[in-house]
Amino acid sequence: MQLVVFVIASLMVLVGAVGVVLRRHPVHAALSLVLTLFGVAVHFVAQEAHFLAAVQVIVYAGAIVVLFLFVIMLLGVDSADDLRIERLPIQRPLAAVMGVGIVGLLIAAVVATRGSEPLQAGAGINVAGVGIDDAVAGHDANITQLAGNLFADYVFAFELTSVLLIVAVAGTVVLTRREKPPSEEDAP
Amino acid sequence: MTGVLAIDPLLFGELKWMPLVIVALKVLVIFVVGLVGTMFMVWFERKVIAGMQNRIGPNKAGPFGILQTLADGVKLFFKEDLLPDRADRFVFRLAPFLAFVPAFLVWAVLPLGGDYRDGNRGLVEWFGHATRVQLADPPVGILLVLALSSIAVYGIMLAGWSSGSKYPLLGAVRATAQMVSYEAALGLSLAAVLLTSGSLSTVGIVGTQDSLSNWNVVATGVVPFVIFVIAATAELNRPPFDLVEAEQELVGGFNTEYSSLRFALFFLAEFMNTITMSGVIVTLFLGGPQPLAIGDWTADIPLVGNGLEGTIWFLLKLLLFLYIYVWFRATLPRLRYDQLMDLGWKVLIPISLGWFLLLAALRLGRDEDWNVWLVAGVSVAGLLVAAVVMFGAMKVSGRNRQQGAVY
Repeated sequence: MQLVVFVIASLMVLVGAVGVVLRRHPVHAALSLVLTLFGVAVHFVAQEAHFLAAVQVIVYAGAIVVLFLFVIMLLGVDSADDLRIERLPIQRPLAAVMGVGIVGLLIAAVVATRGSEPLQAGAGINVAGVGIDDAVAGHDANITQLAGNLFADYVFAFELTSVLLIVAVAGTVVLTRREKPPSEEDAP
Repeated sequence: MTGVLAIDPLLFGELKWMPLVIVALKVLVIFVVGLVGTMFMVWFERKVIAGMQNRIGPNKAGPFGILQTLADGVKLFFKEDLLPDRADRFVFRLAPFLAFVPAFLVWAVLPLGGDYRDGNRGLVEWFGHATRVQLADPPVGILLVLALSSIAVYGIMLAGWSSGSKYPLLGAVRATAQMVSYEAALGLSLAAVLLTSGSLSTVGIVGTQDSLSNWNVVATGVVPFVIFVIAATAELNRPPFDLVEAEQELVGGFNTEYSSLRFALFFLAEFMNTITMSGVIVTLFLGGPQPLAIGDWTADIPLVGNGLEGTIWFLLKLLLFLYIYVWFRATLPRLRYDQLMDLGWKVLIPISLGWFLLLAALRLGRDEDWNVWLVAGVSVAGLLVAAVVMFGAMKVSGRNRQQGAVY
């Protein structure tokens, strides 16, 4: 059962990922990305990380890709757009380096942990209630433990991340807004 | 896999045939009741609005015109199914399902009945098995509703874009901006409920609301309830927030190019969303299937067992909200687009965030045995300072925009 879920979800992830790269039309590429995100969410559920799965769908599929699509629609990017014109010349070599680096890291991680015990689904999360009432008590095990991690153990890292995000938002607003030079026409 | 199976008490232990049959029966009942309920909702809305406007409304098909929706549905089935030339074929076909399926799936997590009295967790006996009058109780519970409503955005957005025509595109862009904006206010007022109930699962949320003073509408202090109802109306694209399909400006909105069955799916999804969203509000704020109870006194419906009584209470509360939605539509004029965005971002989100912080502070004060009045006073003062700073910032930015200093 686990294997079936794993294979189907992994297929979703891989087909989506290939689709993002290969589809010509930006909207189709964004939809392929949604497929990938759903596949990852299924993986999360199979690992008993229900809360992460829900957040994955709400935040990534529900907000971020919707914003991508929004921008694509508003700008009216057409499939006729020539992708061979490079706006940022360094972009492709950099992407290649990053891709190779990530593949290397993943292979290294797999090789390094080859000898260790396989992780059990939901290890460390008390979701395996036996009776009915235990199960309900174990229902919120996910958020309780995540909250403990975020707001007690790693509270400084968490807060620093939120500061970083706010700085990024403020920076974006400042950079995209320009002061209008006072000119003769503007004067009433 | 225990966590996955925990969605229903039936599925514990070894799998037998009877529990599977019961689950299949629940799915069937929910599907049929959902469709019939939607039919009823369309008729109810037309009839009530007609009453409010001194008209008669549908009165030809069946008694009181109750079969009018069925007739309309049959007519839609036999219409020609158009596929515009400039449409993106695959996405155009996909979009109605993306709108329709989430609308149905929300039913799965709503407790539609059951016995929640005296600390019972909604368990009823069916064919000798303990179960709930609810399809599933997943660990993420109410977050599933948020996730599904964020998928429903895709249905509308892709429908508008794939039509390859400008009015649907404009409608879709409006709809997406509106739904994404109001989802924030929706989520923040939901957080207040979760803070008070201390659980994500709908069974847990209903379980804590065992008397009128514990109903979340009272326990969270009314403000999150009001914000949730407003944000839900906007999320549903219902009047007064129906800019998505403003006929005067956009022909028909995102579904202009759709006809026949595909249009019927959008139509169904829209009305079903109204029902499910009312169900979500009832579950979150009005105790779902819990009976009305004040102190030790409980409003008991005679001659009906406690298990069935839950369903009756749920339906009564649901009808109240369906009526309120129709009432909104009959009374309120449509908002202008900038008013809509201002209301969402500058009013609802700050208020719900502030109220959430206040509730959290009070909760912390209660847990730590601090002086309630001191905690409340300090938090209100802090929130007031924040509000003054925010209004000052908005004033400055408004002035800058009027002078054209920044663009």
